Amino acid sequence: MKYTLSILVENQAGVLSKISGLFSRRSYNIDSLAVGVTTDPTVSRITVVANGDEYVVEQLEKQLNKLIPVIKVKRLIEGEFISRELSLIKVHSSSTKRFELLKIAELMNAKIVDVAASTVTFEYCETAEKTQILIDLLKPYGIREIVRTGTVAIDKGKAEVTA
Amino acid sequence: MISGADIMVKCLEAEGVDTVFGYPGATICPFYDSLYDNTNIKHILVRQEQNAAHAASGYARACSRPGVCVATSGPGATNLITGIATAYMDSIPMIAITGQVRSDLLGRDVFQEADITGACEPFTKHSYLVEKTEDLPRIFKEAFHIAKTGRPGPVLIDIPQDLQENEIESFEYPETVEIKGYKPNTNGHLVQIKRAVELIKSSKRPLIVAGGGVLSSGAKLKLQKFAEMTQIPVLSTMMGIGVMPSDHPLYLGMLGTHGRKSANSALHKADLTIVCGARLGDRAIAAPDQMGNKTKVIHIDIDPAEIGKNVKTTVPIVGDMNNVMKRLIENIDGYTIDSQWDEEVKDLKAHYQSKISTFDGYVEPRTLISKLSFMLKSKAILCADVGQNQIWCANNFRIREGRFLTTGGMGTMGYSVPAAIGAKMARKTRDVVVVCGDGSFQMSLNELSTIAQNNLNIKIIVMRNHRLGMVRELQDKCYKGRHSATILNDEPDFVALAKAYGIDSAEVSSNEEAEKFVKNIVESDKPFVLVCNVHPDTPSIL
Repeated sequence: MKYTLSILVENQAGVLSKISGLFSRRSYNIDSLAVGVTTDPTVSRITVVANGDEYVVEQLEKQLNKLIPVIKVKRLIEGEFISRELSLIKVHSSSTKRFELLKIAELMNAKIVDVAASTVTFEYCETAEKTQILIDLLKPYGIREIVRTGTVAIDKGKAEVTA
Repeated sequence: MISGADIMVKCLEAEGVDTVFGYPGATICPFYDSLYDNTNIKHILVRQEQNAAHAASGYARACSRPGVCVATSGPGATNLITGIATAYMDSIPMIAITGQVRSDLLGRDVFQEADITGACEPFTKHSYLVEKTEDLPRIFKEAFHIAKTGRPGPVLIDIPQDLQENEIESFEYPETVEIKGYKPNTNGHLVQIKRAVELIKSSKRPLIVAGGGVLSSGAKLKLQKFAEMTQIPVLSTMMGIGVMPSDHPLYLGMLGTHGRKSANSALHKADLTIVCGARLGDRAIAAPDQMGNKTKVIHIDIDPAEIGKNVKTTVPIVGDMNNVMKRLIENIDGYTIDSQWDEEVKDLKAHYQSKISTFDGYVEPRTLISKLSFMLKSKAILCADVGQNQIWCANNFRIREGRFLTTGGMGTMGYSVPAAIGAKMARKTRDVVVVCGDGSFQMSLNELSTIAQNNLNIKIIVMRNHRLGMVRELQDKCYKGRHSATILNDEPDFVALAKAYGIDSAEVSSNEEAEKFVKNIVESDKPFVLVCNVHPDTPSIL
């Protein structure tokens, strides 16, 4: 089971290592992790996408809550939040294939942000699932490099995660 | 103007600290200089830093205030780790203060530099690497608050040398603490407490399993009252020994792989288990995940992460044991225990009365420990080490109003002697006795020097069987009796060794002799090492 946790933490040195350390120590697997400051500069938000059964998620939430700099942990409910991930994908492209790649970009609503003699670079901001579809489409052309930010997520509607 | 080091001392004073345990070194020298002549705080110089942490643990457990240990950077700090980890696993409130290299040298791998906050990450409740001298009062205030509230645990404060030397305008100790992410829930949810009461009232065969949380929250008497009101029998974990007097009619002893058969048998038959301040690790209940299938479980703990971790729970109650017990007592009126269960438990207790076999020419440790209990004052503190000696003590020390200090969570050999030093510093008028094996004794016998230097009235009973007995038993059971590296032959003459440290000592080979010595030494105000020859085949349990 995949789940998304939204974690508010005090914006101080060492917090990220405390959190990532907790995952590895208790052998929980992380798919992605993204950090950024919130409207309150003393508070950061960490979005974690991880894998595990109900027992693992519950333990993880509780163990995260035990960390002193962790202010709040919320498990986002499937279907009730928006998630996005920014990816930069550099694909091998001979001049003959360039048109096909442009078509894929158009179809998937991705941007082409760099074109060179032998490469085309895509910028894509979507859910992790859609990003995977784009990657699968691009694979046959030869992907040179992928850089992904990790998923960030926010509740739909009025719901929010605040300190 | 006031220096960081002076501020550190003033913070400790403001927290009411009267004793610290430590070992100096270059980067913590400014603090030691401040300790030298402008404070009443007593410093106990241990002989290795790990023992400073164990002593702080013994101190904390004996007087229910955080223990403080101090070490220098690098090896001093890394030596503390086992002691810090022990306190973490045993949930003991502790402040560990370490010197660190100058802040401008941090990260350059200079002499005696170690990333101690990083290394201790998994073993501390929280840690601080101080960045500004101005932050010291707030950090000390927070550290003590975090260590002693909620589920107690060790907090590490790592302070670069230059921040101890820097001077700031003035010192003011904060009165309050504001930590956004730390607000332990102590009250216990009323709805859950009601559900628990209903569950107890509808149960036929209820049982209480009490752990260390009952002792650390100071709820021992409330738990006793609750048990007496309801007549529900009580088991304890290793860390919970002392929640009831051993001879209390409702007390069945310690549960677990090395516990009493009567206790385990009762647990097996219960239809409701009320778990109080215990995490129920694998030594308490070998297959805890199966427990909730047979019996309903009410789990009361200050740490929400413990609930549902090892045992399936019917009614979870997060809260301080004092508050929860108080509410349970108020609401349990009119409950009477099923007489059949009452009879059954009494039968169990009688059925499993221990029959102990003895070996001629050797001390029988279990009988001796049982006798020892009544030769000491009723508030005596017994510090047991780890190994067979721990099990002998856990099952045979007849505790009354005193304490039983051992490391049930971490199981660190060498704990007993330094823990006794801490306990004695906290409770000078109480009898403090160590029971250890010849293996565990040799892990911290350097502390005989600390005992002698401070003339601490601690009696040490070494159960010598020339074996690492607990591992040897395991080898007999699981490794076809291949005694790999568990024989301690050619040991030193412990009596001569103790005397070399200036501590009186004797060796005995029978219970009569041993008891005679114990009777005499408990009267004296000097330390003593009693070496008891124990037959290698004396088992941990029956």
